[in-house]
Amino acid sequence: MRARVALEEKEIKYEHKHEDLDTGNKSELLLKMNPIHKMIPVLIHNGKPVCESLIIVEYIDEAWKGKTTSLLPSDPYERAQARFWADFVDRKVYTYGRQVTWSRKGEEQEAAKIGLISSIKTLEEEALGDKLYFGGEKFGYLDVAVIGLCSWMYTYEIVGKFSAEIECPKLMAWAKRCMERDSVSKSLPEPDKLYKGIMELKMSFGLE
Amino acid sequence: MEEVKLFGHPASPFSCRVEIALKLKGVHYDFIAEDPSNKSPQLLQYNPVHKKIPVLLHNGKPIAESLVILEYIDEVWKTNPILPQNPHEKAKARFWANYVEEKCLPALFKTFWSVGEQYDKDKAEAGEVLKFLEDELQGKKFFGGDSIGLVDIVANFMAFWFRTIQEALGLDVLTKDNFPKLWEWAENYVNCSDINQFLPPKDKLIAIFPPPYMGQHLVAFFQSRLAAAAAAK
Repeated sequence: MRARVALEEKEIKYEHKHEDLDTGNKSELLLKMNPIHKMIPVLIHNGKPVCESLIIVEYIDEAWKGKTTSLLPSDPYERAQARFWADFVDRKVYTYGRQVTWSRKGEEQEAAKIGLISSIKTLEEEALGDKLYFGGEKFGYLDVAVIGLCSWMYTYEIVGKFSAEIECPKLMAWAKRCMERDSVSKSLPEPDKLYKGIMELKMSFGLE
Repeated sequence: MEEVKLFGHPASPFSCRVEIALKLKGVHYDFIAEDPSNKSPQLLQYNPVHKKIPVLLHNGKPIAESLVILEYIDEVWKTNPILPQNPHEKAKARFWANYVEEKCLPALFKTFWSVGEQYDKDKAEAGEVLKFLEDELQGKKFFGGDSIGLVDIVANFMAFWFRTIQEALGLDVLTKDNFPKLWEWAENYVNCSDINQFLPPKDKLIAIFPPPYMGQHLVAFFQSRLAAAAAAK
């Protein structure tokens, strides 16, 4: 999701190739371009691959410097803060989110839910605050890093049995603002469709 | 007058990374040694989210997380760049730095804690992870090419910390025979004067590993493995 939003924000024309993530069905191109992790997303620019979503976003910002405004701030300290919080989102928010989504009901899921809510609140208070976007007045790198929450939060809420409006109202307001941007609405799956897809997968794995 | 302070620990590979980068750039800094069991109020103030070292304080502004700090240092002080200028090469360096941190570190670390069949399994898995790095080093002295770069700095624990503890425990995960290029890289690396001044003495490292916050059961397990390895020699 991050790579697509970044490409759209920079107004770069690209071809999107959907991958079937069942191990036996991954395309030869994917396996050739990301032989180490064999995972999406992979950006292929003039035949050369770039892997890992946050690395792709920084690459897009650097390779198309000057085309629309930068995603990352120009000040090194602000850039460091953006990278710190992007790392926090991956290490804490999405990690707990995955655990909440995929674990069976019980203690493990409860503990993950507590971790998820706590990390989302920290993100909201310390990184977003009262700003329009994580980037301040402008949508930027950290907004792209967090963007998946716009689709995933619905799944987390239902599986984790909590209300994001109650726990993190500013983050939800941010999500609504982001969904009004073309770059985001074009690139993200609708929350209820994502939830249905996840539930189907969980049932097929015998987790529900 | 610039003020640069580093909150770190003399035996931590993460804090060492920052020291290597500052040294490569010729930056003067004050080192504040933190005791992990008794963290200073300043550390908790400057890194309230993770409460960990290293934290770089530059003109009063704190930056946490070693990889974030390394990129910051490279952007502020332009001498001896540790990242390539070309966007694609830069992305590759970041990819490998992430790989070392997210895949290698846990896979190697796991081998300290298993015995028998589980050790064989963990050693094989670590080998699978290291193979890609071995390939990446073909034709190069360092991951950064002729000189030390981001990936080399991030992989510091492999070159020194891992090999020191591996030797003390009598393990054979990363050896000259099974990973000749990585071994040669590690030897070159620890002999670099820009690096070896920051490496703790081997016996001191073994004496304080693992850190108490990892749990007394691991400390006890490690001590028994050390004793067994010493007896086997």
